[in-house]
Amino acid sequence: MRKLLSLFIILITGFIFIGRLFYMQVVDTSFVALSESNAISVDYDYPQRGYIFDRNGELLVSNQPSYDVMAIPREIKPFDTLEFSGLLNISKERLENQLDKAKIFSPRLPSVIVPQLTKNEFAYLQEKMRKYEGFYIQKRSLRDYKTDNSASVLGYISEVTNAEVDELTYYKSGDLIGRSGVEKQYEDVLRGVKGVKYTQKDRFNREIGSYKEGVYDTLPVKGKDITLTLDAKLQAYGEELMRGKRGGIVAIEPSSGEILSLITAPSYDPDLLVGRKRSKNFTKLWYDSINKPLLNRGLQAMYPPGSPFKALTGLIALEENVIDTKEGISCHMGFSYGRSARMGCHHHASPLSMTPALAQSCNTYFAKSYRRIIEKFESSEKGMDAWNKHLESFGLGGFLGNDLPVGQPGRIPDGEYYNKWYPGGRWTATYTLSNAIGQGEVLTTPIQLANFTAAIANRGWFYTPHILKEIDDNPIKNEKFTKKKQTTISKENFEPIIEGMFGVYEYGTAKFLKIPGVEICGKTGTAENFTKIDGERTQLTDHSIFVAFAPKDNPKIAIAVVVENGYWGSRYAGRIASLMIEKYLKEEISRTDLEKWILNNSLEEEYAKPFSGESFLINQ
Amino acid sequence: MGKSSEIDWITILLFLILVGFGWMNIYSASLNDASNGFFDMSQTYGRQALFIGLSVLLVIFILSIEAKFYERFASVIYITSLLSLLGLFVFGKTISGATSWYSFGSFSLQPSEFAKAATALALAKYLSDIQTDIKLIKHQVGAFLIIFLPALIIIPQPDPGSALVYLAFFFPLYREGISGVYLLIGSSLISIFILTLLIGSIWVSLAIIGLGILIFFFRRNKKKKYISYYFLIASIAMLFSFSVNYIFENVFEQRHRDRFNIVLGKEVDSKGIGYNTNQSEIAIGSGGWTGKGWTQGTQTKGNFVPEQHTDYIFSTVGEEWGFLGSSILVVLFMCLFIRILFVAERQKSQFSRIYGYSVAGILFIHFLVNIGMVLGIFPTVGIPLPFFSYGGSGLWGFTILLFIFVKLDSNRKNYQF
Repeated sequence: MRKLLSLFIILITGFIFIGRLFYMQVVDTSFVALSESNAISVDYDYPQRGYIFDRNGELLVSNQPSYDVMAIPREIKPFDTLEFSGLLNISKERLENQLDKAKIFSPRLPSVIVPQLTKNEFAYLQEKMRKYEGFYIQKRSLRDYKTDNSASVLGYISEVTNAEVDELTYYKSGDLIGRSGVEKQYEDVLRGVKGVKYTQKDRFNREIGSYKEGVYDTLPVKGKDITLTLDAKLQAYGEELMRGKRGGIVAIEPSSGEILSLITAPSYDPDLLVGRKRSKNFTKLWYDSINKPLLNRGLQAMYPPGSPFKALTGLIALEENVIDTKEGISCHMGFSYGRSARMGCHHHASPLSMTPALAQSCNTYFAKSYRRIIEKFESSEKGMDAWNKHLESFGLGGFLGNDLPVGQPGRIPDGEYYNKWYPGGRWTATYTLSNAIGQGEVLTTPIQLANFTAAIANRGWFYTPHILKEIDDNPIKNEKFTKKKQTTISKENFEPIIEGMFGVYEYGTAKFLKIPGVEICGKTGTAENFTKIDGERTQLTDHSIFVAFAPKDNPKIAIAVVVENGYWGSRYAGRIASLMIEKYLKEEISRTDLEKWILNNSLEEEYAKPFSGESFLINQ
Repeated sequence: MGKSSEIDWITILLFLILVGFGWMNIYSASLNDASNGFFDMSQTYGRQALFIGLSVLLVIFILSIEAKFYERFASVIYITSLLSLLGLFVFGKTISGATSWYSFGSFSLQPSEFAKAATALALAKYLSDIQTDIKLIKHQVGAFLIIFLPALIIIPQPDPGSALVYLAFFFPLYREGISGVYLLIGSSLISIFILTLLIGSIWVSLAIIGLGILIFFFRRNKKKKYISYYFLIASIAMLFSFSVNYIFENVFEQRHRDRFNIVLGKEVDSKGIGYNTNQSEIAIGSGGWTGKGWTQGTQTKGNFVPEQHTDYIFSTVGEEWGFLGSSILVVLFMCLFIRILFVAERQKSQFSRIYGYSVAGILFIHFLVNIGMVLGIFPTVGIPLPFFSYGGSGLWGFTILLFIFVKLDSNRKNYQF
């Protein structure tokens, strides 16, 4: 027994030690992180973000260096806060406040104390930083905008949130990420890959060499440059024309689906969202609920398309063989249907066949065509579905699938939609007759308008509109944008419609907008719209809408313009479309009076009406 | 009868493995940019290599001396050792706060490292004397005097760690038949000590009273006179608890209190006194299953653990060799201790057996206190890990201690009553 006690004590001790070792080394994994945090420092080398060019190689966005003053709270030695805050050009209270916040975030991890100093501020600070232990300067690159327009297309970058740091492993606190537009859409392409360097530190936090001879270190990879399909000159011109108006312009090159111009108005200077002023300006833009400058109206605003939609109604009617191009339909300032319903029309010659009916924008002709389409089928529901399928093939009633991060699907009703409205299927074509002329339940975004115009210009096909042309000078290969989409309408049926759109300029609703020497096809639209004022549905001045493409043969540009509450399609939208086409095709404006009219006319008064609190007149 | 000599190669093999593995870890812990080959004498690991080389010469010397010499001259060796300790008060050199060193030029010796072996020899000689009966109080006092005399000289140097080692002689004393009461008293005092620090004297006293009442009612011997014994023991226990409290609060300095508080988990101070323990725990804990690899420990390279090549050498093992390496090392030490006990038991000579138990006890208590400290189980006490920690005096002290026993064992067949 006495012999065994010593043995017993030795064995017990050994097992306790091994147990303790097992717990510390295998079970409790927190020591690993502690070891890494105090013995290895990780330094990131941020690459330049890729440049952004327009389709003609004009530089739109480059970079400027920016310097963040960072601090690691636990490494800060006592220092003269008053002197340091003076150097940083902030108040002493603000510095102390920032340091407290950093401490709460993490004593071990770096936090931004003063973000985004300019080069000059940095130069002044640089030499004096050494005195302040625990502080250092992290170089990053910020955007430098070479243009004052296209903000909604280009987007902006800002610091990642803490939630994003947790979710996306690539990003560390203080990193920048694309927030909207192409900056968001092509974040992975533009940002490049940051380099990382692991450094072994000793207990005084001095660097004593690279960790494991640098096997884990990587070099930064520069972000790729991208070329957009935008035409910067056209873009700038469009924004200028839209000054004082609200709405959107989308111009597409029909042969490729490339977006030549994507304008939303009102807009803002992209430089407002760079650097230290970003957060203040962003708040201002965000809370502007009247102008909504952050809303991309070209992509996100859904408008009733109005008369341009008649072109589609005509196409479907021809495809479904419910009318031919010769048949004339008479119209006497509108027509009556149902028991007491009447659709009005304006004064024009009668009867008209398809081509002049489109040129003169006869409501009666297309309402009757629509009715025949729906009634061709055994039920209204099936007729509605057939109509819907044709329109969907033009990219309407659903997301287009373009490469911009925001969008809206628009609305093209089908049979089921009306079955919900009128349970039991007891509805007929006349119930939905307004759809024929782009009112009723139909809603489209400007980019959808431009896209179907491009499809008409191409006589039956289109490429999905896209904004990216090249990455590092290599043309895009994404099949989504390089594969033709075919519409359900046969090629030959387009000719009478295109002739009608040509007639709009020759003898129709836009004959005063002809561009000398260019064969141009278009369609005006004047869309009724409503808003709610104090809970009451109130009609506002009609939206001025215009779609056009030119030249008639071998089209180079298809464009859609929507000017909110601009009244007649030819008044604002028609003029702007005409000027845009001239600018793009001829690069010079011959009709300076027209240009002057647009530049000098603003709709601010019209926009102020619903907020005036008084009753007001519309459509003046 | 011819003399035969059988060296215990298992012990020697364990010794070589420990010394070799120890040197590898010292190399890693002291590696720096100025390193210039394994035997660079300007470097810690280079000097340790020299110390190991010299210890081999020491081994040959020890083994070549007649075994009888150690028994016969035990008293002389012991007295010489005591004198060398006393001499420190006159000639001693102070290194890091402790006057424990004799200095010979650039070279220093720590006599307390050698006093352990001397005390073991003296105790073995005294207990194996035919006239000594350990069951008699008189002789127990004699044995305690031999053991605690060097400890008493060492404490005021101050070097409480080295003094603590003398508790190791409980191993041979118990083996040779001292009463188990001492063990009971010892462990009771330690329990009361720790509990007092943890929960305070009041609760400890209540617990003692409660325990006393329980034992009283369930006692087997119903004689009345025992009541006064219970009363006496309980009173002493409570008095001890209160005095511990008093000593802790009023006699101990803050740094001593901190050391206990950290182990008891009452305070977390990772920057000040707790820094060593905290960093050594981080280093060991970050080793994982298999460690970061020899010379690849980030904590070791960054010199986060102070004294890593001496008292905290085990943290290097933990970090670079992981759970696998460090538990194998623990097992190796256990093998050595058990081998020594086994060899001690096969001795015909009582002197050799007592000496063997002393060797096992001394090595074990170093192992216990050192690794316990590095793992954060024990308070911080500066005491080296045998054969592992850097230092010439330590290595030679342990080598002498172990190889005298190897010599005694090799001579066991020649022993005559």
